[in-house]
Amino acid sequence: MLDYDFMVTAFLAAGIVGAIAGVVGFFLVLRGQTFAGHALSHVGFAGATGAVVFGLPPLAGLIGLTLIAGLGMGLLGERLTGRDVAIGVVLSLSLGLGLLFLHFYTSYATQVTALLFGNVLGVDRATLWTLLGIAVVGLGTLTFAARPLIFASLQPELAEAKGVSLPLVSLLFLAVTAITVAGCVKIVGVLLVFTLMVGPAAAAARMTSRLRTGVLLAPLLAVAEAWAGIALAYYTDWPVSVWIAALSGAVFLLTFVPLGRRPAPA
Amino acid sequence: MTAVRFERVGIAFGSRSILSGVSLDIADGEFVGVLGPNGAGKTTLMRAILGLVRPTEGAIAVLGGPARRGNPGVGYLPQMHRSAPGAGFSGWDLVASSAGGGRWGWPGTSAAERRDIERALDLTDARDLARRPVGELSGGQRQRLLLAQALVGRPRLLLLDEPLISLDPSRQRSTVELVRRLRHEQPVTVLFSAHEINPLLGAIDRVLYLGNGAAALGTVDEVITSPVLSRLYAADIDVVRLGGRIFVMAGGHDIERAEHRHDA
Repeated sequence: MLDYDFMVTAFLAAGIVGAIAGVVGFFLVLRGQTFAGHALSHVGFAGATGAVVFGLPPLAGLIGLTLIAGLGMGLLGERLTGRDVAIGVVLSLSLGLGLLFLHFYTSYATQVTALLFGNVLGVDRATLWTLLGIAVVGLGTLTFAARPLIFASLQPELAEAKGVSLPLVSLLFLAVTAITVAGCVKIVGVLLVFTLMVGPAAAAARMTSRLRTGVLLAPLLAVAEAWAGIALAYYTDWPVSVWIAALSGAVFLLTFVPLGRRPAPA
Repeated sequence: MTAVRFERVGIAFGSRSILSGVSLDIADGEFVGVLGPNGAGKTTLMRAILGLVRPTEGAIAVLGGPARRGNPGVGYLPQMHRSAPGAGFSGWDLVASSAGGGRWGWPGTSAAERRDIERALDLTDARDLARRPVGELSGGQRQRLLLAQALVGRPRLLLLDEPLISLDPSRQRSTVELVRRLRHEQPVTVLFSAHEINPLLGAIDRVLYLGNGAAALGTVDEVITSPVLSRLYAADIDVVRLGGRIFVMAGGHDIERAEHRHDA
C-alpha cells in the first residue's frame, strides 16, 4: 500500500490535517461553536469555486474566504453565541453563491465532488506543503493562546475580569479554525468536515474528565480515524471519506456504551 | 484603610442611568451585603469595581488604586449560569484554568500555584469535589468550588455575585456561614449580593442597598427601614420584623421574596 507515492502523500496529508483538526475541534466542542465550524466549510465552497471563476487557484480561494469569514465571526465575538439562524443563513448563502460560480465555469464541475466530499488520494506535493504550513501556524497559535483560550471558554466573565481580552481570544481562535477547516476540506470535503474536526473531538471530550488528556486525545483519534479510513478504502475500493465518516460516527457512538464503571467520583 | 471608595460615581448602561452621584467607603475587612431590586445595578456595581464598566462620572478606588481589570487583589464569583461549558471536566481543571490569569502560553500550574489552589479548596471544603466532573456537582457544591477559585491568589477583596441563587434555605445559610468563617482564616473584604436580607442577617457588618439610581450604606438597622427603602424603591415600603426575620413589603406583598421567585 505504501509503495505508491500518492498513498504516502495521502497518509501524510491526513496525519497533518487530523492533528490540527482534532485540537481545533476540541476547543470548538468546549466553546459550543461546532456549528460555526460547519458554516465556515460552506463558505470555503464559495471561496474555492469563486477562485476558479476569477482565474485563481481554488486552494487560495478556499483558505482566503474561510479566513475572512472566520475573522468576521471572531469580530462578532460573544454576540455569535446562540445565533444558529444567522450562521445557517450565511451557510446557505455561501452554498448558493458557490453554485452560481459553478454555473459560470462549468468545466470545474468535475472537481465539485472532490470539493464536497474530499479527495485525499489526489493531494499533490504543493498542497501537502500548504497543509503543513496551516498545521504549523495553527498549532503554534493555539499553543500560544491555549491558557487564555481555555479560561475564556470555561468562564468568560471571570476571564474578562482577570484581564483576558475575550475579543482577541475569539478572533485568534476563529482564524485558526478557518484555516483548519480549509485543510479538512482537502481531506474529507466541505460536507464532511465534521467527521474529522468534531467527531473525534466530541468523542475525546466524552472519554476523559481531564482537559489536558482531552486536548491530546482528540488529535490522536482524528489521525487514527483518518489513517484507518485511507487503509480501509485501499482494500475495499470505497471512497476514503465514506470510511472516515463511518469511523468518526462509530467511535463517537461507542463513547455512549456504558463500560460498567463510572469515571471514578473520587 | 478603605477597600472600595466611590466618589460621586455615575454609571449608565446605554442611555439608562444605573447609579448617579454615589459616594461610599467600604473599610478593609468589612462583610457587606449588597441588596436591591432586580436591575438596580448589583452586578453592574461589581463589574465597575472590577474595571469592566467605566463610570460616566466620578472615580472608583479599589485597594488604594483606581479600579482596573486584572487586579490580582480582587477575587470574583460571577453569577452562576444554568448551562456551563466544560461540564464534563473536573473541578480541578476549572479552578486551575484561572491560575496565572490572563497569561499567554500553554496551560500549566507551578508548584506554588498548585499549593495555593489546594489551600483555597481546603478553605471551602471542596478538595474532594475538585476530582469530580463539574456537571455531576449540585448547585451548592459547584458554588463551593467556584468560591475556592475566587480565593486563589489570596485576594484582599472578594466580590460574590448572587452566590445564594437557586440554593435551598439550609444551603444558603451554610454558604453565608462559610464566607463568614473564611474571614477568620484570611483577612478579606467581602461584597456579597443577594435578593433577600434574611440569609445574611447576623453575618454581615453593613448593608449596601441599591435602587432608583441611589445607594444607601449602613447597618441593617439604619438601612432596612421604611423611609430609606421607600426612597430607594420610589414606592411606599413597609419593613416588618417578625421572629428575627425582616420582611420588606409593598402594598402587602413581600417584594424581596417575590423577586427571588421570578429568578428561580
